[in-house]
Amino acid sequence: MSERFHQVTITVNGEAVRERVDARQTIVDFLRETLSLTGSHVGCEHGVCGACTLRVDGVIVRGCLMLAVQCDGARVETIEGVSDAGEIADLQAAFEKRNALQCGFCTPGMLLAAQELLRSGRVPSREEIRTHLSGNYCRCTGYQAIVDAIESVAQHRAGAQR
Amino acid sequence: MKITDDLPPGLTALDRPNSYIGRSVPRPNLARLTQGRAQFVSDVVLPRMAHVAFVRSPHAHARITAIETATARKAPGVIAVVTGAELAKVITPWVGVLTHLKGIKSAPQHAIAVERACWQGEAVCAVVARSRAEAEDGCALIEVSYEELPAVTDAETALDPATPVIHPALGDNLTFERVHSAGNPDQGFAEADAVVEATFVFGRHTGVTNEPRAIVADWNPGEQRLTVYHGTQAPHMMQNLFAKHLGLEEHQVRVITKDVGGSFGIKVHTYADEMAVVALSKLLRRPIKFVADRIESFVTDIHARDHRVTAKIGVNKDGTITAFEIDDLTGIGPYSVYPRTSGIEANQIVNLTGGPYTCLNYRARARVVFQNKNVMCQYRAVGHPIATAVTEGLVELAAAKLGIDPLELRRRNLIPDDGYPCSGASGIKFEQLSHHECLAHLDAMMNYAGLRAEQARLRERGIHRGIGFASFIEVTNPSAAFYGVGGARISSQDGATVRLDATGAVICHTGVTEQGQGTEAVVAQCVATAFGVPIERVRVITGDTDNTPYGGGTWASRAAGIGGEAAWQAGKALRGNVLAVAASILQAAPAMLDIRNGVVVDADSGRERLGLDEVARIAYFRPDTLPPGFQAELMATRHYVPRAWPFAFTNGIQASYVEVDVDSGFVTLLKHWCVEDCGTVINPQLVDEQIRGGIVQGIGAALFEHCLYDERGQLLNGNMADYLVPMAAEMPDIEVGHVVSPTADSELGAKGAGEAGTAGAPGAVMNAVNDALRPLGAPAITAMPLTPERILRALGKV
Repeated sequence: MSERFHQVTITVNGEAVRERVDARQTIVDFLRETLSLTGSHVGCEHGVCGACTLRVDGVIVRGCLMLAVQCDGARVETIEGVSDAGEIADLQAAFEKRNALQCGFCTPGMLLAAQELLRSGRVPSREEIRTHLSGNYCRCTGYQAIVDAIESVAQHRAGAQR
Repeated sequence: MKITDDLPPGLTALDRPNSYIGRSVPRPNLARLTQGRAQFVSDVVLPRMAHVAFVRSPHAHARITAIETATARKAPGVIAVVTGAELAKVITPWVGVLTHLKGIKSAPQHAIAVERACWQGEAVCAVVARSRAEAEDGCALIEVSYEELPAVTDAETALDPATPVIHPALGDNLTFERVHSAGNPDQGFAEADAVVEATFVFGRHTGVTNEPRAIVADWNPGEQRLTVYHGTQAPHMMQNLFAKHLGLEEHQVRVITKDVGGSFGIKVHTYADEMAVVALSKLLRRPIKFVADRIESFVTDIHARDHRVTAKIGVNKDGTITAFEIDDLTGIGPYSVYPRTSGIEANQIVNLTGGPYTCLNYRARARVVFQNKNVMCQYRAVGHPIATAVTEGLVELAAAKLGIDPLELRRRNLIPDDGYPCSGASGIKFEQLSHHECLAHLDAMMNYAGLRAEQARLRERGIHRGIGFASFIEVTNPSAAFYGVGGARISSQDGATVRLDATGAVICHTGVTEQGQGTEAVVAQCVATAFGVPIERVRVITGDTDNTPYGGGTWASRAAGIGGEAAWQAGKALRGNVLAVAASILQAAPAMLDIRNGVVVDADSGRERLGLDEVARIAYFRPDTLPPGFQAELMATRHYVPRAWPFAFTNGIQASYVEVDVDSGFVTLLKHWCVEDCGTVINPQLVDEQIRGGIVQGIGAALFEHCLYDERGQLLNGNMADYLVPMAAEMPDIEVGHVVSPTADSELGAKGAGEAGTAGAPGAVMNAVNDALRPLGAPAITAMPLTPERILRALGKV
């Protein structure tokens, strides 16, 4: 029988974290329960709602579908880290101004998903934005305000580059 | 798109400096949510906290013959295993009935099932452990022996003599029945040129809050106090219920509600497993946490809308509606939910059907029956989507039969805008509605004539588009008539306390709560405007029974209309108090002074006299300099409850534009419009987003959402992969317009807006799909959700 507990080293928001993890623990539970980083949320635990979206080695993943042990040696970024780094300050401001969140439970995941779309620097169409967000569930807004906020940031970033 | 601030409209009575009424002020609490710095109940961790998981019945109806717990008790991390019988020594059962729903009956419900489980998912045993994972491991080691009992699942046969009675002591499976007759419906139908009949079926669905239900209960035996961190819409109601069933005084219970990850009516009820958590904390003398997982949410969060309505409408050739009749049947699970009961949705359907129209010949019957499925209760827009879809479905079927344009048929029958005050056929009372102005606004906003032309053009090319409408009314700002008169300790009044702090800022404690609607912003707007300070100087505190005025919370579209008015009145009262202090300092008459932009000024000239920080400094630190006998009162509390009208009805109309793929049965939502009248609009952006979010929830009901049960009472799609919810890619952009008819029952004149979207959307979408299919000879589809399969069946393709 293979080992149940594993020593892992994960770089979380730039800090190297060395912990012993249960093989069955998901990365989002590890972040929330072991590191008290509660900005990543748990909505469905089966990879549908996107509330647990976080970045592993620069790519967004479902924190409920990846085990902590799989992140050994990886770079994990959460909403707290991305916020403190100022990387998505414009997106956050646009969400706040456009009221693109109500209860806010989906918002960290929604922001990280949006940032992935916008990183290319291209201005996506509203349909592209909607398609890109199709794995992030929001029960409150009806999505239009989220699309508006992301679209405005895309246009602003593109304008700023010219 | 461009994000711009709108300018304040010239509201005469409210048009003071710092007037934030009618402005899209950003919500003050959003940054913590966008930065992952919020505190949801699922984030709460307390010292010595343990976690509970529940063993749940796999059967819809079964006798529990034995529970073998010995192995689980020895499992790693397990602290306690508690059965229903053991927990019943700590917490008493409850019965969900109210006296104003005449004849409603239900059976005692326990926190954990005792001897018998009555639906698949009911908790039968609790395992408390150091972690949730260990608690779940423990659950896997519990062996429950069941003797399966016949499951009553079909509402249609629940009242048949051959059907077993779920609670024998009640005599039958009838929870509640209401019969209503007004005017002369028989004559109305007899004299009608045409009678249109249809049976409307509404699928059971549920709220799917993104954060599941969550609770942390902390009984401190040293203090003899229970502190409950609870994702609820009604902290004071829950304080009462926790105290009552644990045998405590209310002051021994504190309910704290911080961030709540979605509510929509799901989090305003008593849940057996949450009652078990508070009881377990008292039993084990330590904090206990429970967060429902998604599967548990599907089988225990209240369901709603499982209704079958047989309905008919009588119309004359000129389009005049002569009568309405409905017969509603709904199955609500094995218990009427406590304390609001599961009779309210059917009652609302009787109240609201036909509500927008002048026709007063009306007959209705609603029957509510028990069954062995998850419980049903009030979910966003309670009864409205059903009453609206039935009424508006009949109206459009009648329009099609008579060959009259559906908007024109409405014009001929909607209550005239100058016809108020008046009563509806069910006896509901309208102060002032604006159906015709809303309809005219919608007609122009959507370019109806242009859309009809486009529809006809595309039809020639084999593209099948449809336009559907739904006029609606919405119950908001409920008075005590909703629950209080029936004996429920659910407050219809709400309070606000405002205090000038020592630096001249304002702290407001309010009884209404925030679950994302923007309550904190609306309350801050009211206080800042009434008192006279920049909104940044107002801090709003909600959701703590130790620290907020007693109130009802946020549900039934009441937070802005009731909580906002209380905050407005409290702000005015504090202004008077502060001006009394300033007048005393300045030796001036209070009436000659005003507060503008946080400064005491001469009312006439606007000349600055005294900063609020200076008023506070003198009142708090140098009161010795004030005249003898003068006492500064820098805190004021006001309460408000609607008195003139039992409910502040709002109204509006929605339109849906869809395209149906007649080969696949898929519906593409092209556009949706809503014009609504919620009285004074305190924050246009927040109102619009309530409408949009509500519409999308209604679209979910119309096209996607359905809790599918088999005949044995097993939920077949209790996960988010199989239970479909609206996602971004399928949703349309939504245009929102407003007509403003303030209520005279409050100074602000604000009515509610939280449920209008959900009330009208399902009917509008259903009508749009049927409008697309009608020329193809398809019979009208009157069963929701309108799935591709149902559409293809209507087209005769499967």
